[in-house]
Amino acid sequence: MSKLDSKIPEGNVEQKWTKYKSSVALVNPSNKRNLEIIVVGSGLAGASAAASLAELGYKVKVFCYQDSARRAHSIAAQGGINAAKNYQNDGDSIYRLFYDTVKGGDYRAREGNVYRLAEVSNSIIDQCVAQGVPLAREYGGMLSNRSFGGTQVQRTFYAAGQTGQQLLLGAYSALNRQIGLGTVDMFARHEMLEVVKIDDKARGIIARDLVTGKLERHFGHAVLLCTGGYGNVFYLSTNAMGCNATSVWKAHKKGAFFGNPCFTQIHPTCIPVSGDHQSKLTLMSESLRNDGRIWVPKKKDDIRKGNEIPEEERDYYLERRYPAFGNLVPRDVASRAAKERCDEGHGVGASRMAVFLDFKAAIDRFGKSQAKKLSIENPTAAQLKEFGKQVVEEKYGNLFTMYEQITGENPYEVPMRIYPAVHYTMGGLWVDYNLMTTVQGLYCLGEANFSDHGANRLGASALMQGLADGYFVIPYTIGAYLSKEIAVKPIPTTHEAFVAAENEAQAQIDKFFAIKGNKSVDHFHKRLGKIMWEKCGMARNEKGLKEAIVEIRELRAEFWKDLRVTGKPNEMNPELEKASRVADFLELGELMCMDALNRSESCGGHFRIESQTEEGEALRKDDEFAYVAAWEYKGDFTYEMHKEELKFETIKIAQRSYK
Amino acid sequence: MSHGNMNLTLKIWRQNSGKEKGQLVTYPVKDISPDMSFLEMFDVLNEQLVSKNESPIVFDHDCREGICGMCSMVINGRAHGPKTGITTCQLHMRSFKDGDTITVEPWRAQAFPVIKDLTVDRTSFERIQAKGGFVSVNTGTAQDANCLPIPKDDADSSFNAAACIGCGACVATCKNASAMLFVAAKVSQFALLPQGKIEATARVKNMVAQMDLEGFGSCTNTGACEIECPKGISLENIARMNREYLVANCKD
Amino acid sequence: MSNTSPNFITSSIGKKFLMGFTGLFLISFLVIHVLINACIYFNDGGATFNMAASFMAHNIIIRIVEVGLFLGIILHVVQALIITLQNNKARPQKYAVQNLAVSSKWYSRSMGLLGTLLLMFLVVHLANFWVPTKIAVFKGEEHNTFESLKTVFSNPIVLAVYLLGLISLFYHLLHGFQSAFQTFGLNHKKYTPCIKSFGFWYSVIIVLLFASMPITLFMGLIK
Repeated sequence: MSKLDSKIPEGNVEQKWTKYKSSVALVNPSNKRNLEIIVVGSGLAGASAAASLAELGYKVKVFCYQDSARRAHSIAAQGGINAAKNYQNDGDSIYRLFYDTVKGGDYRAREGNVYRLAEVSNSIIDQCVAQGVPLAREYGGMLSNRSFGGTQVQRTFYAAGQTGQQLLLGAYSALNRQIGLGTVDMFARHEMLEVVKIDDKARGIIARDLVTGKLERHFGHAVLLCTGGYGNVFYLSTNAMGCNATSVWKAHKKGAFFGNPCFTQIHPTCIPVSGDHQSKLTLMSESLRNDGRIWVPKKKDDIRKGNEIPEEERDYYLERRYPAFGNLVPRDVASRAAKERCDEGHGVGASRMAVFLDFKAAIDRFGKSQAKKLSIENPTAAQLKEFGKQVVEEKYGNLFTMYEQITGENPYEVPMRIYPAVHYTMGGLWVDYNLMTTVQGLYCLGEANFSDHGANRLGASALMQGLADGYFVIPYTIGAYLSKEIAVKPIPTTHEAFVAAENEAQAQIDKFFAIKGNKSVDHFHKRLGKIMWEKCGMARNEKGLKEAIVEIRELRAEFWKDLRVTGKPNEMNPELEKASRVADFLELGELMCMDALNRSESCGGHFRIESQTEEGEALRKDDEFAYVAAWEYKGDFTYEMHKEELKFETIKIAQRSYK
Repeated sequence: MSHGNMNLTLKIWRQNSGKEKGQLVTYPVKDISPDMSFLEMFDVLNEQLVSKNESPIVFDHDCREGICGMCSMVINGRAHGPKTGITTCQLHMRSFKDGDTITVEPWRAQAFPVIKDLTVDRTSFERIQAKGGFVSVNTGTAQDANCLPIPKDDADSSFNAAACIGCGACVATCKNASAMLFVAAKVSQFALLPQGKIEATARVKNMVAQMDLEGFGSCTNTGACEIECPKGISLENIARMNREYLVANCKD
Repeated sequence: MSNTSPNFITSSIGKKFLMGFTGLFLISFLVIHVLINACIYFNDGGATFNMAASFMAHNIIIRIVEVGLFLGIILHVVQALIITLQNNKARPQKYAVQNLAVSSKWYSRSMGLLGTLLLMFLVVHLANFWVPTKIAVFKGEEHNTFESLKTVFSNPIVLAVYLLGLISLFYHLLHGFQSAFQTFGLNHKKYTPCIKSFGFWYSVIIVLLFASMPITLFMGLIK
């Protein structure tokens, strides 16, 4: 595997990052002024990286497709951000956060990277507080924590249900400061379409100004891709409508390897699809599972309303199958179980693709304890219900309101309907310890890279990783590369490589308009999503994946024959934007299926039906698959897989069990 | 869950670019499910337009869960539509009746020029932010987070101000197209925290100066912004900014 | 961050501040005005009232304050004009449909209109009373303001104009009073409801008192 050098420093896992930091090459301030860095994407990773690099003195250009850096989808994260502060005195430590993350990732992440992540987690909280991010506090003025994602310590920092928003606005404010100081040039409403490579090094990008439609060339000594995940391959996901894989995919086709593309996280508590018109799915915080009970009717095809089904005809299947963890089993287990029940014909709601999440028991329980608290003897049933509702409202009021807004049903009265939805992609561009891809000078940060979450991401870890990469990793690691680039003068964008890359981007745009077919972009996107969800979703098998690969190829061929893109290239044209994104999804989807096909084990977010225990639980095959599958694009839709073996020197590998 | 689909008449602002004139164009839409979101209804209409080889309506949207602040439509004369406390993307068609005529226009303000159809340019907000919407602290210089205790009430008030999503509904609603609520929310978030107090004087002066420069109107305290703000940002923030501004100007 | 120093008084908030300040000044004047007017209720053939009126017309301090009052009015009006013009420019393209009724009160959106009506009323009012007084002072004669009150308010059209003027004043105050406090930055969970209700009752009482005078005079209840 000579092609993959993860560049993990030698030494104890505790020492790696410290040693690295004190030995990594530095760039002198007067040289930093002359080095230009391009950052694509302005979410947690992009904004924090851009701000931190500009503070160091580099010249930075930031690109985002939205009208403002603040709109990046990091903003939608609800739950919180982990850090090993141990403010609760409950025994947390960097090691425990590291251990939980590796275990949560089902032992498919790099120890070195994850340890570093846990190490810098504390500095993130410090940094955010200093920026004026209003994290939740206790009455004594100290920061508040909650438990999250089934860990045994309280290490999650939060800002009501809007942690992602507040952290992003913090990074955005740091970015704004640099914009105001003139050290960052911001290019909003710009979408990157190509990477420019000169002498095998990334030297810039081609971006389309989404307002004028003009293609622009931008030079950079290094290029950072911070463009988030590719969950929108599935059409329906909790991602924003514009989330896309174009930057990473174009980079992939220019030589950046793609790591573990099949690792997708499916979130169990989303609001189900209400019809064909559905454009996206809305997530409700997992915390609902703390008090809600999940069930389906015992009878198949039971079309009665939830409240009409008597207790003895309900199947609380999670409590039945996983008595120890019950409704609190990890995301992948809960998601798969819901799908399994629906596939067996026990689904509820009009689409029959949903399960109930019932708060009746919780309302009863809270009602009783509240009555006791208020010392009311012999409370009436109505009183109990009212008290119970009050407690539930206090804990989950905003989620219940959101549910009612979307579905038109009152969840205090009828059980909620939930169904799993694609939420996060652990896979992404393969990067080494420096966060550099296999293309020199091309970096990938945040959800867009593959590095820290293995096969399954723990709750409240995504925000941590995005900010760790941007604030505390890249400012150091980029020096290793740029210290050798100080002699390179800015390359004029008239260079032939820029011309060639622009021509490529232009050619694709022209091709879209030349098809003049009959079907809209959304038509193809929806069909791709269906294939991916059915065959490369929560549970995969060899037959399905092979079919999916064929179907995606056929769909891709049809796309290039029958697509209709209205309007003109040189104007604001969302149809064109979508076409270019879906064209990439149609290729990435195939690679995801190929990766899933190759990985004939079940692990984390990837469940292979062929690989399960007798009880139907995921069966990991550490002997065969303890590696990162890094795919190299060989042209003409052929790919070669390279393996990066994962060595677990600190943590002992064990099979997960939630029985 | 479809109970009785609807037929509606839409009057939508079409404008090819900022330089050209725009007008309201009428589009009938049929068989709209009450479970659709308002933007999904636009998706349906746009699919129809594409199938007729007409150019679809351009509108800003992204997260579709009410947090990114991108969506921005004035629906029947109200920013983000007839309901309060939500963004356009959170509005569902069950808020309308079969046979309704719905007029949809972009945010209208000198400082928010139309780019195309319902999409406007809100970079004026960005320029205001860049003038002072931050605490000047470099990465890595921070002390331990708990070294700076902050009273819970202050932290909560600061959070409530920071909940602003920068959508611009306040400007769109205000009869004067004033951006006071937006700017006040940012000024307040920092003014309430010890971290922000250090630069409070410069911040409020710089941000207000930029706000005036961008051509927003001035506040006449009608209170409409507070009612239409999808995140319920309070008028208290405007008062706080006025106070901060006055104090800042008394200082030098 | 470095500190730009824009001119406070020309900034949007500064202008608002001046509006509020002059507004409150005029509001406080209304109290004096209504107290003096109330002297007619001594019902002594205008003796007390004329005494007060004469004091107001001749006292040197009052003369100086009067100049301030006019300045206040002029500032209030000129600022209002400038702000209104700027605000109109802030939205060159109007909405085809705009529904503001749900989010704000009509009178808080109509301060310009109400103010214009008030200004027109003020001209009539000054012509009725202030100008004759001034002429008298200029000529060195003693002006019987009470008599001119009775004469002016015997005309039902004048009475109607005054009542309309007072209605404009009521709504103008209803918004203006609490708005001034908001502009000064006084918005507090605990005190704002008090300010608002004080503003409401102030508007009601002052306008009722003012209105009672032409009405009672017209009806001949005051001799």
